[in-house]
Amino acid sequence: MLSIKKLSVSVEDKEIIRDLSFNLAPGTVCALMGPNGSGKSTLANALAGHPDYKLSGSVVFDRKNLLEMAINERALEGLFLAFQSPVAIPGVNNLVFLQTLYNNLRKHRNQEPLDATDFIQYVNQCAKQVGLDASFWSRGVNDDFSGGEKKRNDLLQMLLMDPKLMVLDEIDSGLDVDALKKVATIVNQMRKEGKSFILITHYQRLLDYIRPDEIHVMSKGRIVSSGDYSLVSKIEKEGYGWLETVS
Amino acid sequence: MPEKSVVDQHLESEYQHGFVTHVAQDVLSKGLDESVVRWISKEKNEPEFLLKYRLNAFEYWKSLQPPNWAKLKINEIDFQAISYYAAPKGKPTYNSLSEVDPELLRTYERLGIPLHEQKKLAGVAVDAVFDSVSVATTYKETLKKHGVIFCSFSEAAVKYPELVKKYLGRVVPYRDNFFAALNSAVFSDGSFVYIPKGVRCPMELSTYFRINSMHTGQFERTLIIAEPGSYVSYLEGCTAPMRDENQLHAAVVELVAHEHATIKYATVQNWYPGDKEGKGGIYNFVTKRGRCEGRSAKITWTQVETGSAITWKYPSVILKGDDSVGEFYSVAVTKNHQQADTGSKMIHIGKNTRSMIVSKGISAGVSSNSYRGQVVVRQTAKGARNYTQCDSLLVGSNCHANTYPYIDVKQRNSQVEHEATTAKIDEQQLFYCMQRGLTEEEALPLIVNGFCREVFEKLPMEFAAEVKQLMELTLENSIG
Ligand SMILES: Nc1ncnc2c1ncn2[C@@H]1O[C@H](COP(=O)(O)OP(=O)(O)O)[C@@H](O)[C@H]1O
Ligand SMILES: [Mg+2]
Repeated sequence: MLSIKKLSVSVEDKEIIRDLSFNLAPGTVCALMGPNGSGKSTLANALAGHPDYKLSGSVVFDRKNLLEMAINERALEGLFLAFQSPVAIPGVNNLVFLQTLYNNLRKHRNQEPLDATDFIQYVNQCAKQVGLDASFWSRGVNDDFSGGEKKRNDLLQMLLMDPKLMVLDEIDSGLDVDALKKVATIVNQMRKEGKSFILITHYQRLLDYIRPDEIHVMSKGRIVSSGDYSLVSKIEKEGYGWLETVS
Repeated sequence: MPEKSVVDQHLESEYQHGFVTHVAQDVLSKGLDESVVRWISKEKNEPEFLLKYRLNAFEYWKSLQPPNWAKLKINEIDFQAISYYAAPKGKPTYNSLSEVDPELLRTYERLGIPLHEQKKLAGVAVDAVFDSVSVATTYKETLKKHGVIFCSFSEAAVKYPELVKKYLGRVVPYRDNFFAALNSAVFSDGSFVYIPKGVRCPMELSTYFRINSMHTGQFERTLIIAEPGSYVSYLEGCTAPMRDENQLHAAVVELVAHEHATIKYATVQNWYPGDKEGKGGIYNFVTKRGRCEGRSAKITWTQVETGSAITWKYPSVILKGDDSVGEFYSVAVTKNHQQADTGSKMIHIGKNTRSMIVSKGISAGVSSNSYRGQVVVRQTAKGARNYTQCDSLLVGSNCHANTYPYIDVKQRNSQVEHEATTAKIDEQQLFYCMQRGLTEEEALPLIVNGFCREVFEKLPMEFAAEVKQLMELTLENSIG
């Protein structure tokens, strides 16, 4: 699904990620952990094609050279990023936005667009799974949404786009326990369908609901430790102090 | 982002209404003197008072110099190089659509304004003005049943001289400014609307202005009168062919709202803006003003300005009646070398009068977009309130946005608030939309339409979709 080889990411000549490599097979979940500022969000944004970053190395996504794909092409071909802090777009009606991106995707897949009535029915169905309701349709995109509501709105977009690879950047920050369980249900279901996930998180709690296949720990732009679930309890107990000795 | 991104390409989008209609035309030879003023008046069979009015205005205009306070970069206008009248050959007025040249009907159809009985827009009565004359007005009979008069200004001058005499120049006297004086001397055509007491006009009224001839000026004159307790919603649209020369459109629009009457006046201005290098385009110098004559009268101006090389206009409201309300909602988009200097004036005279100004300026390319507004609270206007909000959005880094608010308050017991913001188009918002599968070209108008939402909501529903599309076309290739 995803194969990253010797990826370096820099912004204005400052190297943020260096020589990073890992693979992710279809239907697997990896967790990306590491102290603040270690480059996790940068990796997520760089994969999505954020224009601030210069990349070198190679990234193959679903047998395609990701680095040559336009931002929207990556999205349409199945790469989804749930943002650490989703931006608000005031004035743009949330429902119109959801319908626009959904029908745009259908067009890309050579499907007929859904009309307003059918779309509302479909979006309401998806919204239930993430704990949103119709009261969010008439508002601006993420406009005056609480932190948790923004995350849910991102997850709703994820369900609509039905991607192949999803990067969830600190999806557990701002979400209550009930919402976390909803996320776990969705992720566990989708991985069964062969979808892959990168979960960026600081906390064991999320990983108790979603058992990752692999853990990568980042520090100062590199993966400094990889392993199985036991790494999580080590971090939970000891924090990241031990990384100093590793790196 | 690559250095030359989609934004630059956006700037290259083509003007959609740039074609010329080939019909036989009567065009007055270039130049302006008293005989031209007399000729126009005679051509239109105008009553004596109107000729006098024109001549007085012309005398006054001759004593004036063109204004330059708005600091616009402007090629000097040679007023002797303009023709002051152009009309399709044939009868100056048409009694039925069957007398209208089919070529003209096709023109309006191409512009999305079908005039034919069978095809005409539902729920919207249209007056179509081609260069200097009105060629057709739809739904006249339906309106007549309600006592509503909707016709060309020329027709009104002949058929309803008392009304025209009573109101012409009441709101915008010819002494108001240089272009108002010029317009008062040589105005060609425009719309006349009269809504009788207590009548709610049963449909949207709309005028469509089209400049077709070369070297002609268009001097539109519109007058709308709403008697006590009446209601009317009016929309004007404008286009012109693509030409290398700068053409002048100098309009005067006067609105009078009596006690408890409401006038909503919307403009979608899409005159030819000139080419990428700034060559050609319409000079749009317009004086628009409404007067809330009686208690609780209400006038709302809504404008979407995307065209013209230069726009110079400040739709205003004189709030004379106690408790009267004036509103101004504006979206002005400039790109390439366009210049817009636009805003509103709210003159509070009556007690507890309220006004609201919401201005959204979007600049791209090397354009310049200014808000210029004035709020005056006279001593008599106890309890008056104004709220002004000006938001500017910059697309690219070579454009300019300015805000010039002038506030003049003579009554202590009043409240005037002004808020202004300027921001660049938010890269994070663009990225967010693109991560969801939209291209930059698709994301930009979505975000800009959101930025303008408060204003677009004020437009008649019939035109909402059209305006959204116009914005998409205008913003094509304009990210920077
Ligand atoms: N666009 C940018 N410009 C400058 N510095 C950046 C930019 N993006 C990220 N950084 C820097 O890169 C480092 C890694 O940030 P980030 O990836 O957000 O860390 P994490 O998500 O692991 O907490 C930080 O020092 C951050 O300040
Ligand atoms: Mg982060």
